[in-house]
Amino acid sequence: MTQTDGAIIQAIELQCERGHRRLFDRLSFQVAAGQCVHIAGDNGAGKTSLLRILCGLLSPTSGEVRWRGQPIGRVRDEYGADLIYVGHLNGVKDDLTASENLRVWAAMAALSVGAEDLAQALRSLSIERFAHWPAGQLSQGQKRRIGLARLTLARQARIWILDEPFNALDRHGVGILNQLIARHVSGGGAVVLTTHQSWEAPVPVVRLDLVAEAGS
Amino acid sequence: MIQALLAVVRRDLLLAMRQRGDVFNVLMFFVIVVTMFPLGVGPDKDTLRLIAPGVVWVAALLSAILSLGRLFALDYADGTLEQIMLSGQPLSLTVLGKIAAHWLITGAPITVMSVVLAMVFDMAVGPGATLVASLLLGTPCLSLIGAVGAALTLGLRGAGVLVTLLVLPLYVPVLICGALAVERSAGGLSPAPGLMVLAALSLGATALAPWAIGAALRVSVE
Amino acid sequence: MQTQTIRPLRFGLHRFAAPPEFYRLAGRLIPWFGSAAAVLAAFGLYLGFFVAPTDFQQGEVYRIIFIHVPAAWMSMFIYAVMAFWAGVGLAFNTRMSSMWACAMAPTGALMAFLALWTGALWGRPAWGAYWAWDARMTSTLILLFLYLGFMALHGAIDDPRRADRAAGVLALVGVVNLPIIYFSVQWWNTLHQGATISLTRAPTMATTMLEAMFVMMLSFWMYSIATSLARVRAILLEREKRTSWAQAIARG
Repeated sequence: MTQTDGAIIQAIELQCERGHRRLFDRLSFQVAAGQCVHIAGDNGAGKTSLLRILCGLLSPTSGEVRWRGQPIGRVRDEYGADLIYVGHLNGVKDDLTASENLRVWAAMAALSVGAEDLAQALRSLSIERFAHWPAGQLSQGQKRRIGLARLTLARQARIWILDEPFNALDRHGVGILNQLIARHVSGGGAVVLTTHQSWEAPVPVVRLDLVAEAGS
Repeated sequence: MIQALLAVVRRDLLLAMRQRGDVFNVLMFFVIVVTMFPLGVGPDKDTLRLIAPGVVWVAALLSAILSLGRLFALDYADGTLEQIMLSGQPLSLTVLGKIAAHWLITGAPITVMSVVLAMVFDMAVGPGATLVASLLLGTPCLSLIGAVGAALTLGLRGAGVLVTLLVLPLYVPVLICGALAVERSAGGLSPAPGLMVLAALSLGATALAPWAIGAALRVSVE
Repeated sequence: MQTQTIRPLRFGLHRFAAPPEFYRLAGRLIPWFGSAAAVLAAFGLYLGFFVAPTDFQQGEVYRIIFIHVPAAWMSMFIYAVMAFWAGVGLAFNTRMSSMWACAMAPTGALMAFLALWTGALWGRPAWGAYWAWDARMTSTLILLFLYLGFMALHGAIDDPRRADRAAGVLALVGVVNLPIIYFSVQWWNTLHQGATISLTRAPTMATTMLEAMFVMMLSFWMYSIATSLARVRAILLEREKRTSWAQAIARG
């Protein structure tokens, strides 16, 4: 394991058990600035669990995750401010419009965003004409884009943790997201993602394969 | 941080306004439950005046529990709860904001409605005012303790009934103090002891419950 | 595109050294605690039914307090211990502590139920009613509800870790509320009834009566430990059923 200076996230000896299955054990790796890590594996290998452990939403059975050298359990709020997570659920309220969803999310995260920033975020995901539509009336792909628009709003967050972000996106959407990832990584940010689709990465990736051991 | 807290309150109020039916239903439930008692017990004015504090308070407890279903479950289902937990703001503060909004749409209307109910039960002005005051001081505690139950049962089958089982025993002190304060007032005594204990319970819950709720949310989201 | 593949280290050796050890140890301890419980119960009942004097007010009926009072005390004690171990499990992320807390809950609930039942049996001949809504009995009833809530919450959650931790939070909230509930029920009772005699306070306590109750309480304590050990063994076996040591035991 190469020691990379400036590692933003360190996963140390992670073990994860869900229900009665042990998904992975003694898993250690690092994510550095300007790095894109692709976590691959079959269905049920534990990719989503691993991402949620990295975010701090799931606690590992043993081992720890460190952010800037500190265990994330101790610096939850600062870590949360430096991180954006896009999970399986979009995190979008059906009763609010696309624009309101972003505005409310930013306000709760204490980010100062103006109307222009919101419009720009929607424009970058090509959904600006749905700005005033209630999200409940939009398609899955459009709701996904609202969730992804958060990536452009929170410019101070250096870490993107994305769980199957390309789900429900059409080819145009995939292209937009690839561009966002490329720009983020080349700007010094870090991206950790999973995708089970065949993905043509726009940047060099470090690939982490979760392999289930037979008979565990 | 205060801005973020207010943002949470505003968001929940906005969402409640978009689904006004939910909010109104809880209030209707409160009124209907209270109405059942005279129908079951008989319309004798003296009996009703005697049972009024207990009846209104029990109905308030049940209405509070009923309203808990929308406190966290909706956010949990669409993934916004996770986003809130990762927003970089202290979870206990966000939780307080949500509960404040929850109280504004359940506890506060119930308190206001109790004015009408005091008249329906033909309560004198003193006990009636005490009833309203007791609800005003006690319903925040109901929202706070109820939130612990709601957070623990997120996403479980049969969560509605389970929350009731978990939370009603914990509501007992609030119920007792609230009903007792009104009864003392009806008996010509000062309701101050009961009301002060209610205030103390609400303040204590405001200080301690957010920790428990945050811990429960983290457990449930895993 | 250049990709590097980092393979995670292979799954480690069994780190479950503790559970099989604990399983064996618990198995050895159960007979000791069980017999201690039986011996103490025999002695305590002897003291209570034959040695302690007849109460001048209630005659022989009062003797049921030698079961009623120790059961009530144990139900509260077990809840506090349960909440303590649940708290330890939450704070230090140790699985055994949470399992121990779960193992104790049914015994605590049983103690509460026993207290209520013997209280009702006593109430009928002594006060004329099976249930008199006095402060101590009502508090014990609410304690029983807290136990049942703990068990219901734990049973409703499929994932054992989430179940342990959710029930743990509930137990901690309950233990903080318990004194508040107790005092508010006391207040409720005194204001409504004004009666000062409670079912659990005999007017005068002869020393032998206290001795008998103390011995019975010890007996219940030994019994609780024995049943909790037995239950935690079952829980351990269930949770670890995929491991080889558990399967060896199951195969007998």
